[in-house]
Amino acid sequence: MRTVAARRMALVGNEAVALAWRQIRPHVVAAYPITPSTQIMERFSQYVAEGEVDTEFLPVESEHSALSACVGAAAAGARVLTATSSQGLALMHEVLYIASGLRLPIVMNVGTRALSAPINIHGDHSDVMGARDAGWIQLFARSVQEAYDRTILAVRVAERARLPVMVCLDGFTLTHSLEPVEVYPDEAVQAFLGEGPQGGYSLLGEEPITVGPLALPDSYMEFRRALAEAHARALRILEEETEAFGAHFGRRLPALMEPFEMEDAEVAVVILGAYADVVEEAVRRWRERGERLGMVRLVVFRPFPTEELRKALARAPEVVVLERADTLSGLGGPLGVEVRAALYDLADRPRVTDGIFGLGGRELRDRELDAFLRDGPRGGVIYLGVEEPPCP
Amino acid sequence: MANRWQVLDRGPVIPGGSSVAYRTGDWRQLRPVLDLPRCVHCLFCWLYCPDSAILVRDGQVVGVAYDHCKGCGICAAVCPPRANAIRMVPEGAP
Repeated sequence: MRTVAARRMALVGNEAVALAWRQIRPHVVAAYPITPSTQIMERFSQYVAEGEVDTEFLPVESEHSALSACVGAAAAGARVLTATSSQGLALMHEVLYIASGLRLPIVMNVGTRALSAPINIHGDHSDVMGARDAGWIQLFARSVQEAYDRTILAVRVAERARLPVMVCLDGFTLTHSLEPVEVYPDEAVQAFLGEGPQGGYSLLGEEPITVGPLALPDSYMEFRRALAEAHARALRILEEETEAFGAHFGRRLPALMEPFEMEDAEVAVVILGAYADVVEEAVRRWRERGERLGMVRLVVFRPFPTEELRKALARAPEVVVLERADTLSGLGGPLGVEVRAALYDLADRPRVTDGIFGLGGRELRDRELDAFLRDGPRGGVIYLGVEEPPCP
Repeated sequence: MANRWQVLDRGPVIPGGSSVAYRTGDWRQLRPVLDLPRCVHCLFCWLYCPDSAILVRDGQVVGVAYDHCKGCGICAAVCPPRANAIRMVPEGAP
């Protein structure tokens, strides 16, 4: 195992991502900054202006154009990055499908944020969940360190899986929070990432290609089937590349999920992103009192790690999903719906309660979380922190 | 033998220039007919043709690539009225 010497720096999430970008040395970055991911672009454009990175930087006139430019550049064989949030991700929506359908290894950081209306700049997961079926791998960071690490890792995952990857960091909670970050030397990042996308993407070479021709009913479905297969395979690629990342940099990251105190848990909380810290503290408090609370922090939401989650949750009689998005279907949020679906086929399945919290940046406080868990899981869907009787 | 979808791992990518081999001429309902003695070789038809179906050699219009001409009639529309060198006639008409 090789471990590189890291330097300790105090960085907010956006700065850590911009620093990772500088070290990745992308050929092309196209972006239209939007709160709360704006600083990624501010900081990175500064690196470009100061000559610290030799990237073709395209400040375009909308997020739709930003991702379209990324698609073109990636199709030409470039290593490509962008970032966005909220309405910006929504404006990219149709191009998200083009990036995945063309199997282009674009990496995008999403500073997650609520969607309008009413307008709200603060963090939740509504934007990324709106893109959940667009064919992108979706990874959620828990800390600024992880946002930095996973951005670097995502480049290799994208290029090997031939799929675009979103690396999500909770808006403001991570994008604007200052944390100590172990930063690797530029050369170590370059050595890990190697040359760039392999495998004959080139609009510019000796043999020109056509990317994205018409596929009518005689072949479109085969392309979608192949895309589904690429996603099924991506979980293994994610595991292998996370292992390679750990061997190279000496930092072991959970690949698909991070179980905490799950061996004997009677109540298991499932969560994505930065609020895992709040839940982990709750688990410690409850364990001190001898109550068997556990947590499974999901790293990857797409592809959904169904088998692994079944294994992780199989012995807990109660599962409580905590999530920062809603489907407005009456069935709960997207994570709760999928956790339920994943567990449904088990003969002895846990009961699932879906707790929706933190929409539009509302804080989840310890006493609210404790009260919610103490009232006892009851199944169904509950909106935490909203004054109303719980849904049956 | 793999299923057809199993060999599509690269996404929808095909060799460049494949549109040359893809014949769209059979979509045509109207056919442009050149009256070459009237042609002033202004090349408007060549410039405006969306299918690159006007054949030009040494700056002179020499014919129409009927394998690719969809019969849209733009060439006839942009042909200068005093030259009036292109007529659209129903496909299959004598």
